[in-house]
Parts: sequence; C-alpha cells; structure tokens
Amino acid sequence: MTKSYEIRLSGSGGQGLILAGIILARAAVLDKHKVTQTQSYGPESRGGYSRADVIISDREIFFPEATNFNCLLALTQEACDKYLFDLRDTGILIIDTTFVKNLALAADNTYELPFTEIAQEQLGSAISTNVLSLAFLTKVTGIVSDKSLEISIAESVKPAFVDLNIKAMKLGFKLAEEYQV
Amino acid sequence: MQEKKPSKAPKSPNATKAKSAAAKPAKTESKLSELQVTRERKTVIMQGNEAVAYGALDAGVNFFAGYPITPSTEVAEILASELPKRGGTFIQMEDEIASICAITGASLAGAKALTATSGPGFSLMQEGIGFAKITETPCVVVNVQRMGPSTGMPTSPAQGDIMQSRWGSHGDSPAIVLYPDSVKESYELTIRAVNLSEKYRTCVVLLLDEVIGHMRESVRLPDMANVRVINRIKPTVPPHWYKHYDENQKYLSPLASYGDGYRFHVTGLTHDAHGFPTNKSVEAGDMMDRLRKKITYNIRDLVQIESHEMDDAKIAIFTAGITARAAKAAIAMARYEGIKVGLLRPLTIWPFPDDAVRKMLRNVDTVIVPELNQGQMIREIRRLTKDKSDSNVVAIQRVNGQLITPNDILRKIKEVS
Repeated sequence: MTKSYEIRLSGSGGQGLILAGIILARAAVLDKHKVTQTQSYGPESRGGYSRADVIISDREIFFPEATNFNCLLALTQEACDKYLFDLRDTGILIIDTTFVKNLALAADNTYELPFTEIAQEQLGSAISTNVLSLAFLTKVTGIVSDKSLEISIAESVKPAFVDLNIKAMKLGFKLAEEYQV
Repeated sequence: MQEKKPSKAPKSPNATKAKSAAAKPAKTESKLSELQVTRERKTVIMQGNEAVAYGALDAGVNFFAGYPITPSTEVAEILASELPKRGGTFIQMEDEIASICAITGASLAGAKALTATSGPGFSLMQEGIGFAKITETPCVVVNVQRMGPSTGMPTSPAQGDIMQSRWGSHGDSPAIVLYPDSVKESYELTIRAVNLSEKYRTCVVLLLDEVIGHMRESVRLPDMANVRVINRIKPTVPPHWYKHYDENQKYLSPLASYGDGYRFHVTGLTHDAHGFPTNKSVEAGDMMDRLRKKITYNIRDLVQIESHEMDDAKIAIFTAGITARAAKAAIAMARYEGIKVGLLRPLTIWPFPDDAVRKMLRNVDTVIVPELNQGQMIREIRRLTKDKSDSNVVAIQRVNGQLITPNDILRKIKEVS
C-alpha cells in the first residue's frame, strides 16, 4: 500500500460503528500500518447520526478525517444520502439493504446485503451487525488480514461477547466470499 | 490527608524534621516509576485523552480531582482506575470550582496535581486558576475544547478557548498554555505541562481539540528511561529562614509543602514574601513583577514551535492543533503543484512566540491563519504586523462544529498565490 486508504463507517447511534472503527484501526496496527480513527456523533447514546473514519497508510497521516473515501459502509438511508457523494469514483460502497432502500447514484462497486436482517436471523440479534458488516468490508477490500481482525475483535470487545463477535466475523467473511462468486 | 493513610502503619514521626519528611515522597516516587517502567511500550492504538492520562501518570501526577465532562471524560475515567493502583488519589468533586480548589490544595501539600475539563468547566475554574497563579502553586488544567459559548455542542470541535486560556482569569497574570496536534504529542505535552508547572510554580493549561482528545492513532510511547520528569525545588534552608516567595535571578523560588515542617501563609490577596497580605505598593509591585518576569525572562525555555517546509516558503500558514494537520495535508497538495508554502505551528501558544512570528512576517508574502473560531490567534499575528512591508494576513474561520479541511486551506492558498 503506497497511498493512504480512507474508510467511512456510517449509520445511526447505537449501531456500534465507532466500535467497528476501533476494531478496524487496531487490526491495521497489528498489520504494522499507520492509522488514525476519528468519529463524529451527536450527544445522544442511541439514534441520531454516527460515523467513524479510519485512515490506514504507510506514511504519516496528516489530516485524520476521511474526506475522499476509498470505501463507504452505510447502514442507514440518511448516512448513505449524506456521504455517497464523497466516495471516490473507484471507491467501494457497501450498504445495508435492511435500511437503505434508495441509491441516489449508482457506484460501480456496490455491495448490497441486508446485514441487519442477516444478523437477526443467523446470529440471533441485530447487535452484531457492526462486526458482521465490518468483516464483510475487510474481506472485500482486503485492507487488513483476517487474522489481525480476529485478534483485534478479541482485544476490543468485552470478554462475554467475544464468541458472538467471532461468529459474526466468520459469517461476514463467508458472505463476502459467496458474494464474490 | 488521604494519601497518608497507607503510611500510617509504620507510624514513623513525619512531622519532626524537614529532612526526614523530604525523603518520604522521594521513596513513593521511585516506587511509582518502577511500576511505570514495567509497562509495555509497543505500538498501540490510543486516544488523545488516554495519552493525556498516561502522560500525567508518567510525569508523576498522583492527585486528580475533577468533574467529568465530554469531551474530556476519558482522562478522569482512566485516572480513576489507574491512580489508586499506584498509591495516588482520585476524587470526583461536586463541580469544577471545587475541582480546581482541590488540586491547588493537594499541590500545596506536596502532590503533583492535575484536572481535566471542557469549556463550561473551564469557565468555572477561572477564579481558581487565578488563585493558583497568584499563590504560585503548581498544577495543570487540561481543557479539551468543545464548541461554545455555554454548553454549546459537547461532541463538536472548536478552538474558541485560545484567548480565554490567556485572559480568562481577572487581573494581569502569567499564562503558560500548550497545544498538541497528535496523540503522541498529547502525551509529550502533558508531561511538559506538569514539568513546567513544577518548575515555574504556576497553573499550566493544556489545550486539546475535541478531535485530538477523541481521535485514536497508532502510537508508540517513549520508554520511561527517555521521559524527563521535573520535580519542584524544595527549600534547603532551616524552616525559620524560609520565604514562600523568595526572590532570585530566575524568579523561581523553592516551594515547601504543608507537613514538611515549614510554616507559610497562602492567600489570594496580594502578598509579601512570606505570603501575608499587603497593601504596600512596593511589595505589590514586586509581586506583580515577579509573576510577569518568571515568564518573560524564561521565554526561550517556554516557547516551542514547529517549522514545517518553511525554508523557501512564500506563503506561510500559522495555526495550532487539529487545523495544523489540515494545513500539513494542504501543503503537501500545494507543493505537488509547485506552490511554495509552509507551516509555522506553535506548541506553546502562550506565551506567544513573538520572535518567530516577526521573522515569519518579514520573510513571506502572505500569512494564512486558519482557526476554528471567529478570529483569536489572528489578533496576535495582526498585533505583530507593524511594517507596511510585512506580510498580508488572511483568515480562514469556521465555527459550526465541522473541521477546516485540507481542501479549504488549499483553496485559500491558490487564491493568494
């Protein structure tokens, strides 16, 4: 990787996007990259907007917010509408079709899956949508290694939830592999 | 106080001689640093606020009193769990007025004390900060700035407290204010803030941007062997010779702690060398001069500035904190297009780096001052623009909770080049 890679994870408060950002950033550190992770959210703990930016690079990162993303994950319609225009032409768009019903413009590399529904049905709770979609994202982009992501999840979530999140991660990888085929 | 509790068991007479009492804190200090050395120092992902907390611990801070407030809460959170483990004290106070008073008192009793807050709390602390300054008591206030005025926007960045950190307390008073632009520098400048407070016997303010406080970066903290810690100078004279505010060439006088066997008086009223209130104009003038001179006579030690791509620059950007990072990104883009632009970034914003700014104003055609406020730092640049031949000063200002981006700065660079 010569240039920096900018990722924005967006949705609403309570979806665990900032935790997903931390997990991704920590995994990138394990892969020996330079990383910044910033976030923007409202004062409420649920609802409202929420986003986490992760920039991964091998050079010094000057500005820590993503301005021109290589990859955008949008878990809500509002987030998708708001940030889609800052996605690069060659960028990857990943949307959760449980909530994102309309696309303002068609991106070339769009991945559409009902992540929240899948988490609800196959993992028993929508709570691991963040890790499920993050694992999908890392598999599709190849931005961090699978092993680092796994270690990072184990280090970042509370011990009681490690198993659930590893399960979500594996499901995310599987979905990505099947999607590519 | 509470700190003494664990040492109660041996029941040693700790109030007799200053010498034996002085040996005591040194003992706990070495125990503290022993703990710190064993902490792993590898590259990790760390938040700005975490770096402040660990910087405080590594600098030897052993007392924190505060009232948690977004976006500074993590500092209190980490110190609440870490300080008791290391024999330190954490108190959650009823408000910020009590917090600043508690750290001032703790410092007078010999502790290295720090508090962390944000805009609304920083406003409440102003009187206490003035008290710490007039009584020349070392302490550190970390202000993770959020958007104001009043409660404003708790989770949004702004650089609105630049002037408040200089002039917030009434009366002429010295100010040492440091301003980091990264997670690593947050760690370094926290240590420096504690060191300077101990050395200059004053309240030092560390200003962080909300984004720096909440941002996570890959960072490897220096090993403890490379961390330089300064402790206050203790008096060596017999107790009856001790003056709490002793004159000397560098305007830095030794500081006894309550419990050391030295007797001194502390008051917010203008005081004489022993600390007792005075209305004599000579003594009042001496006191005010000392407060001023301990900053102005030591300005080379206090001012820290980063010069980035300035050697051949025709345009200079002058800014601190997160805006400086946007500026660096903009400079990389502008240089790619052949525009000669550089950055001058103060790490110490007060005292203001007058000499470096004057030199910059002589050497470049235009100075761009981006800041997340309605024009605070730019006033200082304009103050120093005396000559017609000095550079043209241009502002970029934004106060809406959003950052000034590299593209905003690049656009301005192109406009003026």
